[in-house]
Amino acid sequence: MTVITAQSPPGDQGPQPSPAEPPAPPAAGTTLPGRRTTRAEARRNLSTLRATDVYAMLGAAAASLCVTWLLFDRLLPFNGAVGFVVVAYALFLGLYALLVSFDEDGPAVRDRVAAAVVQSLGVVMLAVLAFVVVYTLYEGRDALPHLNFYTESMADAGPIEPLDVGGILHAIVGTLWQISIALLICIPTGLVCAVFLNEVPGAFSRFVRTMVEAMTALPSIVAGLFIYATFILALGFDRSGLAAALAISVMMLPIIIRASDVVIRLVPGTLREASYALGTSRWRTVWHVVLPTSRSGLTTAIILGTARGVGETSPVLLTAGYTAELNMNPLHDPMVSLPLATFELVKSPEPTYIARGFGTAAVLLVLVLVLFVIARVIGGRGPGQLTRRQEHRRVKASRRDAKRFTAYAPADQPSTRSAPTRSTP
Amino acid sequence: MHERPVTPVDDPPRRLYADQGVADRLFRGVLRGGGTLVLAIMLLVGGFLTYRAWQALSVAKWGFITTETWEPEGGNFGIAAVLVGTILVALVAIVFAVPLALGTALYISEYAPPRIRQTLISIVDLMAAVPSVVYGLWGLFFFQGKVVSLSRWLATYFGWIPVFEVDGADPRDPLATATVYTSSTFIAGIVVSLMVAPIICSVMREVFSQAPVGEREGAYALGANRWGMIRSVVLPFGKGGMIGGTMLGLGRALGETIAVYLIISPVFTIQPHILQNGTSSVSSLIALRYGEASPIGMSALMAAGLALFLLTLVVNFAASSIVARSRSGAASDS
Repeated sequence: MTVITAQSPPGDQGPQPSPAEPPAPPAAGTTLPGRRTTRAEARRNLSTLRATDVYAMLGAAAASLCVTWLLFDRLLPFNGAVGFVVVAYALFLGLYALLVSFDEDGPAVRDRVAAAVVQSLGVVMLAVLAFVVVYTLYEGRDALPHLNFYTESMADAGPIEPLDVGGILHAIVGTLWQISIALLICIPTGLVCAVFLNEVPGAFSRFVRTMVEAMTALPSIVAGLFIYATFILALGFDRSGLAAALAISVMMLPIIIRASDVVIRLVPGTLREASYALGTSRWRTVWHVVLPTSRSGLTTAIILGTARGVGETSPVLLTAGYTAELNMNPLHDPMVSLPLATFELVKSPEPTYIARGFGTAAVLLVLVLVLFVIARVIGGRGPGQLTRRQEHRRVKASRRDAKRFTAYAPADQPSTRSAPTRSTP
Repeated sequence: MHERPVTPVDDPPRRLYADQGVADRLFRGVLRGGGTLVLAIMLLVGGFLTYRAWQALSVAKWGFITTETWEPEGGNFGIAAVLVGTILVALVAIVFAVPLALGTALYISEYAPPRIRQTLISIVDLMAAVPSVVYGLWGLFFFQGKVVSLSRWLATYFGWIPVFEVDGADPRDPLATATVYTSSTFIAGIVVSLMVAPIICSVMREVFSQAPVGEREGAYALGANRWGMIRSVVLPFGKGGMIGGTMLGLGRALGETIAVYLIISPVFTIQPHILQNGTSSVSSLIALRYGEASPIGMSALMAAGLALFLLTLVVNFAASSIVARSRSGAASDS
């Protein structure tokens, strides 16, 4: 329909009427008897949903609800919400199959039933998972509105103090310290190792990759136990934020390495080869081609690793100790983190402590959510795909280059003067 | 160009050589150093665990695998009870998680409208990142109270199956307390299943979405409807990913600590009745006993941790080799 003829100016094919009349049907050719060719074509309905399908589904749903009600309320000594739902669902599937089988054959019936089962499983899982999150946020409603919840520690809050006193500042500070130290350890080591796995192929790097893969299986509590036995028992340090950060690092490092390894492997080989073909050395290729190309993916890998590390309780439980006081020094004395504070608070029988525990969990959940959203925003695109701003910046840089080249060129036309050897990196 | 010599005798194969330069050699050295450092850390963890575990293992000998009690100071300890508990929790988790994850993965990759597909993928990935303590809270404060009636029903009508048997529960007594059904393997397993289901689901979905378009269209062209296409193309193609994802989830379920620790009440006997109060797992044993451990007790905990690590290691390696060998060839990153 949108054939642009040579006369029409390019770019404004929108509001104009269709420029060319539909060509007249050829005079000679096949004539089909009994068929009018001039009738205007109606737009066809492409939807695969038919009225009978909807009727069958609604009918089955209504019938199963009624029958289940009858069974539970009148005929059988059943009760309980779970049983009701299960029986109703089973009846629904059976009745739906029966209704569909009135006008379809066997494979179609199986198709419909399978579609119903798959869709309901998907909806159930997503609903339950969403409910877990919403439940935590909802239960945190008692503690979260109090401003002191974010600005005080639990040092002054005894078991029967109301929610107006005490907060989780100590846990927030502890989490920030621990994850910062862990990232300080994990980012350089992890990235160097991931680059090593890709850029220095050979038997040794294959072995390292296997070992890293093996360590992703390390249960987090065993990572905590390792640091507890070495750093605290054998070397004689305190339980401290540093020990917790080390335990988190042992757990996070393989995760980050593995994710970064996958991302770096996705860098197109042609880019690397182009760089080598220009005579670039290895480290320049890695620094100027491989890492920038996979930057968004690497960021995602690190942020997702951080989200895992922030939420881990068990390594911190063994290594950080528990305190109700604010501790700004990660090298000495116990330092609590958000998941650990949640864990310790909800073990108490006091309702206010449990409310605070849920509040802490809600804060932790929001933190993980924010990290995750950041990771999605940054890492939603593959290597080499640019955001609008990046693209804009690239275009500007290349315009600058072009201007620079033209500034060089007309000064003396022949090639007595060499072209700029190095463009902006 | 100059003339090549006629006789090939004095033309030995040249040594291929690229001058790397100082910077490049340094760079390679740094990379190699980083790799070696990571390898050293990993080997240190494994080696240290084994070394410290050796003391306890040499005391307990083979009894370490068959003993149920945990009294390291008396020299009488073993992981029979906790290991069985761990495996049962993980199995319950897998039984619940796999159908849910399979259904969700199929729904997202085959049935969901394309507009919301990306959102659903993000939600599932986000759920995989939700901290386990959150699931533990939900299980402890909300789910446990709701599931007791289901446990009671299962125990009443299916109690003749040994696994569902509950000692000390009388289904005919309407006033019987529900505590016998709480803190059980069943409840812990369901909570863990919610934790691992997103992980399994994202591996499966990844594999399903890689099923070749040509084969899908071929199935449709031969007259298959959607379910026929899924059964004959998507599921066979994704079989490796399905098994691999399941085992990956199993590995995570085996190592889970906090959600299990919050829910179960520890006992140190083999508890095969999954509906009954009291069970134990290796990770919750470590979390419970690390504080008061004497040197031999610490060594025993190390041995338990080592056993758990070996178990998850075997499961994970089996998973990745199945995924890698299958046609799907998808990465199974957790």
